Amino acid sequence: MMAPVPSERDLRLDLFRGLALWLIFLDHIPSNAVSWITIRNYGFSDATEIFVFISGYTAAFVYGRAMHEHGFIVASARVLKRTWQIYVAHIFLFAIYLAEISYVAHSFANPLYSEEMGVLDFLKNPDVTIIQAMLLKFKPANMDVLPLYIVLLLCFSPMLWLLLRVPSMALVASAALYTLMWWFDWNIPAYPHGVWVFNPFAWQLLFVFGAWCALGGAQRLSRWIYSPVVCGLAVAYLCFAFFIAMTWYFPRLGVFVPKFVGEAIYPIDKTNLDILRILHFLALAIVTIRFVPRDWPLLKSKLLWPVIVCGQHSLEIFCAGVFLSFAGHFVFTEVSDRLPMQILVSLTGIVIMTGFAALLTWYRRVERRGPGPRPPAAKPGYVGGDA
Amino acid sequence: MRGRIFLLLAAVLLAAPAFAEDPAECRIAGDLAVADFALQQVPQALRAKQLGILVLGAGSSTLPGPDGEKYAYPARLRESLAAKLPDVAVKLTTDVKAKRTAAEMVAAMPAALAAAKPSLVIWQTGTVDAMRAVDPDQFSAALAHGIDIAHAAGADVILVNSQYSPRTETLIALGTYEEDMRWVAVQQEIPLFDRFSIMKLWGDLGTFDLFTPTNKLDIAIQVHDCIGRLLADFVIAAAKPGEPSATAGGR
Repeated sequence: MMAPVPSERDLRLDLFRGLALWLIFLDHIPSNAVSWITIRNYGFSDATEIFVFISGYTAAFVYGRAMHEHGFIVASARVLKRTWQIYVAHIFLFAIYLAEISYVAHSFANPLYSEEMGVLDFLKNPDVTIIQAMLLKFKPANMDVLPLYIVLLLCFSPMLWLLLRVPSMALVASAALYTLMWWFDWNIPAYPHGVWVFNPFAWQLLFVFGAWCALGGAQRLSRWIYSPVVCGLAVAYLCFAFFIAMTWYFPRLGVFVPKFVGEAIYPIDKTNLDILRILHFLALAIVTIRFVPRDWPLLKSKLLWPVIVCGQHSLEIFCAGVFLSFAGHFVFTEVSDRLPMQILVSLTGIVIMTGFAALLTWYRRVERRGPGPRPPAAKPGYVGGDA
Repeated sequence: MRGRIFLLLAAVLLAAPAFAEDPAECRIAGDLAVADFALQQVPQALRAKQLGILVLGAGSSTLPGPDGEKYAYPARLRESLAAKLPDVAVKLTTDVKAKRTAAEMVAAMPAALAAAKPSLVIWQTGTVDAMRAVDPDQFSAALAHGIDIAHAAGADVILVNSQYSPRTETLIALGTYEEDMRWVAVQQEIPLFDRFSIMKLWGDLGTFDLFTPTNKLDIAIQVHDCIGRLLADFVIAAAKPGEPSATAGGR
């Protein structure tokens, strides 16, 4: 049996989750030149992989301890409470989305775009649409991550139970589900057509792998992670992915890609979490933890504090990021979409996300203090972050 | 003042043959309308002075209103081709219906091909699939299937991707579908007319105001006119792979 990791929270998790939240925000503003800096342009994987992996890691970290100390029922109840919070957050974002598109539908007409405006047709039958949204089947563009997170957490308790007892079995079960998904084309249907953009049967692998790493798996792997050969392979793979990514922007480089390589790698499937994407994420992770050790002094510096504080309030900051990306796009269409404005909107969004996260930290500290005598300090595992 | 205008006029007249006849607004995006692959059947058709084209498309291949079809890019393409290839008889038929996915167009394809017997199919698709979030695998499969059908009927295919529509950008996730179209085009070695990037450039440079809410057709007419002209240059360039596309592009 694997013991839950008792040590204090690894600030690197908050750092990289915060970074992923910033990148998701930048990527979600359409036609944003600043999104050129985000990792999706330089390889196969993007911020979603980081977010899902770290979410799995922190979920196991927090609820693994709860399950260890208070048992299955209490831990499951807490997981479900968290799931409910995320569901409410998703519906809240959906309400904002509805407000935005209702505005677009009433204020914008252009015969050039009569076909595109058809995307608003569902406003004509809100009875069906809103119910389908509440069932998580109707998911507007860029609102696919939270439903994935909801489903993953909803099914997390039994998986956590198994992870605490026979961790390798849990990982094998997760990989088997991933394989079966590819074999049988499993996915959840969406409304009105199609399937989930982030297939939970596929993305669970990264979530469970994150959880497995949190519960001691990372230590078991450390011999591999820190091996120079593995690191060399990871760097070579990152270079390969970088070169392939460059051919997307400079098609003339495409002549250097042999046909069989192209046929082997394309299409790189995001919906079903292509194996190339997983490998790319793993390679990034291996190289990153080599250069960013757990006791990296910069982690406690003021320089990285804005990112870390965002990573410590991931749900709230994720929602803020989605909202701000809507707002940013609104500014582009209503005011200006010139480059200085794009930079201004991107920076302002990040400042607002950071300010909001700082406010949440302050608020949590005040609430913990509460009236009356000061309670003993909270347990380290719960400090400064949520699952 | 009058002298200067006269000079300007003279310069324009002198320069006119070099620019063919495309207006400057269209030519701004000319560099983006370059075919990556050559057409196989169209050169023969040009030699035979008979070019049959079938435009297969959804709602963004037409314009609303009684005169919509007259101003939409397929009709503009025909006129531009007729002007640029005066000795070729250009016959253009359209099979354009709004709200059709790629798979729905593939279903209609055999009948349309049998009726028109074209040497070139210009296939506009992608937007409706993105709006309906069709499974990207099925979308790619439909594209490949449609291209096979057209090739089997002895026609070349040019794919035309979605419009750039700034207001609906957060509402329609075009990304995957654009990438899939690009990839299918490379795999099947057929040219892709990148309408999205062309219109994005116009939007970014302010060539055409794609943001203003309006019920008037004027901007839509200009955009479709330019798309038709650039598409004509694109077809001609892709039919003459030996020559640099710039000569046919009128630049």
